[in-house]
Amino acid sequence: MDLGNIESLAYSVPELLLAVAVVAILMLDLFVKRKDVLGVIALFVIVLATLAAKAQGGGDQGWLFNRMVALDSFAVFFKVILGLASFGTIWMSLGSKELENEHPGEYYVLVLASTLGMFYMASATNLLMAYLALEFVSQTSYILSGFLRGNRRSSEAALKYLIYGGVASAAMVYGMSLLFGLTGSLDYTILGDQLSAAGGNGPIVFIAIALMLAGFGYKIAMVPFHMWAPDVYEGAPLPITAFLAVGSKAAGIALLVRFFYPGISEFNGDGTWTALEGVDWPSLMILASMATMTLGNLAALRQDNVKRLLAYSSVAHAGYMLMGFVVLSDDGLTAMLFYTVVYYLMNLGAFMVLLMVLNNSGREDLEGFRGLAWRGGALPAAAMAIFLFSLAGLPPFAGFIGKFYLFAAVVQEEMWLLAVVGGLNSVIALYYYARIVKAMYLENPVDGDPIMTSDLPNSILIGVMVTGTVVFGVYWAPVVEFAEQSIQFWGR
Amino acid sequence: MENILTYMTFIPLFGMFAVLALPRDNYNLIRWTALGFTIPGLIMAIWLYANFDRTTEGMQFMVRHEWIPRYNIQYIMGIDGLSVTMVLLTGLLCPICLLASFNIEKGVKGYFALFLLLNAGMMGVFVSLDFFLFYIFWEVMLLPMYFLIGIWGGPRREYAAIKFFLYTLLGSVLMLIAMLALYFHNDLHTFDMLILMEQSGTYSRVFQTWTWLALFIGFAIKIPAFPFHTWLPDAHVEAPTAVSVILAGVLLKMGTYGILRLCFPVLPLATLDMAFWALAVLGTWNIVYGALCAMAQEDMKKLVAYSSISHMGYVMLGMATLTPQGINGAILQMFNHGTVTAMLFLLVGVIYDRAHHRDINGFGGLASVMPRYTGIMAIAFFAAMGLPGLSAFISEVLVLIGAWQYNKPLTIIAATAVILTAGYMLWMLQRVWLGPVNEKYANMEDVTTRELVTLVPLAIIVMILGVYPHAVLDLINPTLLALNESVLSAAPTVAQLVAP
Repeated sequence: MDLGNIESLAYSVPELLLAVAVVAILMLDLFVKRKDVLGVIALFVIVLATLAAKAQGGGDQGWLFNRMVALDSFAVFFKVILGLASFGTIWMSLGSKELENEHPGEYYVLVLASTLGMFYMASATNLLMAYLALEFVSQTSYILSGFLRGNRRSSEAALKYLIYGGVASAAMVYGMSLLFGLTGSLDYTILGDQLSAAGGNGPIVFIAIALMLAGFGYKIAMVPFHMWAPDVYEGAPLPITAFLAVGSKAAGIALLVRFFYPGISEFNGDGTWTALEGVDWPSLMILASMATMTLGNLAALRQDNVKRLLAYSSVAHAGYMLMGFVVLSDDGLTAMLFYTVVYYLMNLGAFMVLLMVLNNSGREDLEGFRGLAWRGGALPAAAMAIFLFSLAGLPPFAGFIGKFYLFAAVVQEEMWLLAVVGGLNSVIALYYYARIVKAMYLENPVDGDPIMTSDLPNSILIGVMVTGTVVFGVYWAPVVEFAEQSIQFWGR
Repeated sequence: MENILTYMTFIPLFGMFAVLALPRDNYNLIRWTALGFTIPGLIMAIWLYANFDRTTEGMQFMVRHEWIPRYNIQYIMGIDGLSVTMVLLTGLLCPICLLASFNIEKGVKGYFALFLLLNAGMMGVFVSLDFFLFYIFWEVMLLPMYFLIGIWGGPRREYAAIKFFLYTLLGSVLMLIAMLALYFHNDLHTFDMLILMEQSGTYSRVFQTWTWLALFIGFAIKIPAFPFHTWLPDAHVEAPTAVSVILAGVLLKMGTYGILRLCFPVLPLATLDMAFWALAVLGTWNIVYGALCAMAQEDMKKLVAYSSISHMGYVMLGMATLTPQGINGAILQMFNHGTVTAMLFLLVGVIYDRAHHRDINGFGGLASVMPRYTGIMAIAFFAAMGLPGLSAFISEVLVLIGAWQYNKPLTIIAATAVILTAGYMLWMLQRVWLGPVNEKYANMEDVTTRELVTLVPLAIIVMILGVYPHAVLDLINPTLLALNESVLSAAPTVAQLVAP
C-alpha cells in the first residue's frame, strides 16, 4: 500500500500518541503543581505508544505519507525497542535525585519528542525524512544532555554534542546531496535502482556513502565519529546517558540498516545480499567495526568513572553490533537485531544499578561501588554482576547468546580476522567489567561508605532486567524468532 | 536411572538455590545443607561405577532432548570410558572439598552456593556431548571460580583471580570460534559431538590444522601447558584449600579431557600432524620445567602447584604417543593425579590452618609432633613421587612404555625427570617433617576427625590403584582403544589434502 498524508494518519497511532502527549504535557505543566504526575503521564503514554507499535506488527504494511516512511516488520521491531528504551529512561528519571528540581515538565516533553523522532528514524525511507528525523532526535538530545543547568560538565556535554553533531550532519547532508545529484531522487527505492542501473559511478558513490556514514556513525558512536560519546555520556544526567546509549544507538542502527540494506543493496532471495557494484562499503565497515570495538575497549580499561566506563563500553558494543552489519546476510541482521534486544536489557540494567548507587552515595566512580555487596547492597551488586558478565558475553547470560549469533554470522562468511579481533576484544572487555565486580565483591567497604539502600521502583525494573538477562540466556528462541521475522523491509 | 547424568549435574545447582534461601547466620545449617547436596552425586558416581558397561566403547546413559531446534542445539549427555573417570573424580572430590571448607568463616553462604555452582559446571562439562552445551558449562565454571579465589583467597587474591579469569576466557574465545567453524563446516550444521566425529573424514587438512590449534590453545591454557601456565601458581597460592583441590583435581583435567574428547576424534588428521610438537615435546618440557620450578619454591602450595604442571606433562606425553599403553596411562594419570594432588593440597591446608603460613623453611620435625598426619602425608608424597605400589607409579610407567615405542629421546628425558620429582618431594619432606622440632610448632594439634574423613578415602584409593589399577583401566580401556584406532586410521584422502 502507498498512502497519502491523510490516510496515513490511521497507521500512525504510536506517533500521534506521542505527538499529542508532547503538547498535552507541555500545557499541563502550567497548571499541575505536583510535577511527578507529569512523569507518570509520560510513562503511561509511552506504554500505550509501545503497545500501539507492537499492535502494528503483522498487520498492513506499506508506505505512509507519500513514501516518506515505511510501515513494516522492521520498523515495528525498532519502535518496540525504542519505546521500551524510552520507558526505561522515564522510569529511571522518576527515581533520580539528580533531576529532582530540574523542570520536569519540559524534561518529559523532550524525552517523548526524542522518542517520536527515533520512531521516524526507524521507518524513514527517504533521505529527506531520514535527515529530518535524525536532526530532530539530535536537537532534543542536545538539550537533554545539558539539562543539569547548574552542572558544568552537563553544559559542556551539551555543547560538545552540539558541535560534533553539527559537523557530522553537515557531512551527511553533503553526501546525500551527491547521491541526489547522481540519481535525481531521495527515495530509497528509486535511488537504489538508479544507482545499480547506472553503474560505473563507484568512486563518487563511495565518497557520498562515506560522508553519510559520518552522520549515521555519529548516532551509533562508531569510530572515528565517537569522540563526543564519553564526554556526553559522562556529563548528561544518568537517565539520559542510558537513553543515548540504548535508544539513540538502536535508532541509529535502524537508520543505517534500512539505508544500506533495502536502500542500496540487492537482495538475492536466499538470505544474502549483494552490495552495489564497485562500492566496497562492507570492507570499510569491517574496518570501522574492528576499530570501534578495539578503541572502545582499550579506552575503557583505564576509566575510574563508571559512567564513563560504560560509555566506552557502549562504543565497543556498537562495534560488536556492526559485526552483524558487515556480513551482508539475513543471519547477520538477525544477530544484530537480537543483540539490540539483549543490549537493551543488560546495558539499561547496568545504568539502573549505577543510578541506585548514585542516588545513594552521590558517587559514580569505582569507589562508589567499593564493597557494595558487604554493606547492604547484596541484591544490587548481584544484579550488576549479572549485567556486567552478560555485557562481557559470558554464559549463561543473554549477552553470550547475542555474541554467539554475531560470531556465528561472521564465521559463516569466513571472516576470520573479524572473528578473532572480536574474540580478543571480549577478553579485554572482561577485564574492565571485572574491575567493577571486583570493587563490589572483592574489596571491603571503608568507613564512611554509606549503607546501601534501594528504592522499590528501581528495584522492580532491575529485577525485570535481570530476569530477562538470565532467561534469554537459557531459552532465547522466541526473541530470535521475533528478530528473524522483523527482517522484512517494505519496498524490496 | 536413565537421567542419572542430568541429576548429577543439576542437583548441585538446586543445592545452590537452596543454600541461598537459608538464613545467613546459621553457618552449620548452610554447611551441612551444601554437603548434603553433593552426597547424591557421590552415591550416583558409585552407582555408575558399579553399573558401567565395561565391554563397550560407545556412549552410555545417553539423554537427548531438543533445546533450540532451529539451530540444531541439543541437550545431549552421555559418558564413555573417557568421561566416566572424570565424573567419578568430580563426584568424589566435591563432597570432600565441601567438608574441607567447613572452617570458612567469611561469607559462608556465598561460598557454599558458589561451590555448588562450580560442582554443577564441572559435572556438566564432563557429561555434555553437544558442543554448545559443553561450552556453556565450560564458561559457567569460570564465574564461581573467579569469586572463590577473589573473595576467599590470600593476600594477592584479586590479581590471581583476574589472571585466571582472563587466561581462561582467552582460551574459551578461541574455542568458540573453532566451535562455530566446525558447525558451519559440515552440511548438517550441528553441535552434536558424535556427528562431528563421524564427519571427521570430510574436513580438509588445512581446516583441521587451524581448528585444532584454536581448540588446543583453549585446552592448553587449562592443562596448563607451557607457555600458558603462569596463571596456575598464582591461582593456587591465593585460592583457599578446597578451591585449590578442585582446581588441581578436576579443572586441570578439563584441558586434557577436551583434547581427547574433541581434538582427537573430530580432527584426527591434525592430531597426527601436531601430536609430536604440541603434545609430546610440550608435554616433556612441562615435566622437566615444572619439576625444576617446584624445586626452587619456598612455599609449599606453590611447590605442589608446579608439581601439578610437571605431572600433567605425563598426560600430554601419554596421549601423544597414540599407543594403547600411552593413552590408557594418560587417563589413568589424570585420575591418579586428581586424587594424589587433592591429598597434597589438603595436607598443606591442614598445616596452613594451624600455622597460618606455608613457608617450607619455617617448620621442622613435624613428624614427631603430628604422627597421624605424617603417616597420611607419607602416602601422598610417595605416590606423587611415583613409588611402586602406589597409584601414580602405574600410570607413569604406562605412559613411559607407550612413549618408548613412540620416541626414545623424549622418553629418556621424561623418565629422568622422575629423579627431579623425588628430589623436590624428599627435600620438602626433609625440611618440614624431619630434623629438629621447631619450638614454635611443638604443640601443633594432630589431624582432626573431619580432616581425616577428607584424607583417608583418597589414601585408600591411592593404595588400591597402586596394586590393582584394573579397577580403573577396565573402565577406560575399550573406549580408548577405539579412540586410538580411529585416530591412527585417519589416513588423509587426496581430496582432504588438496581442498583448502
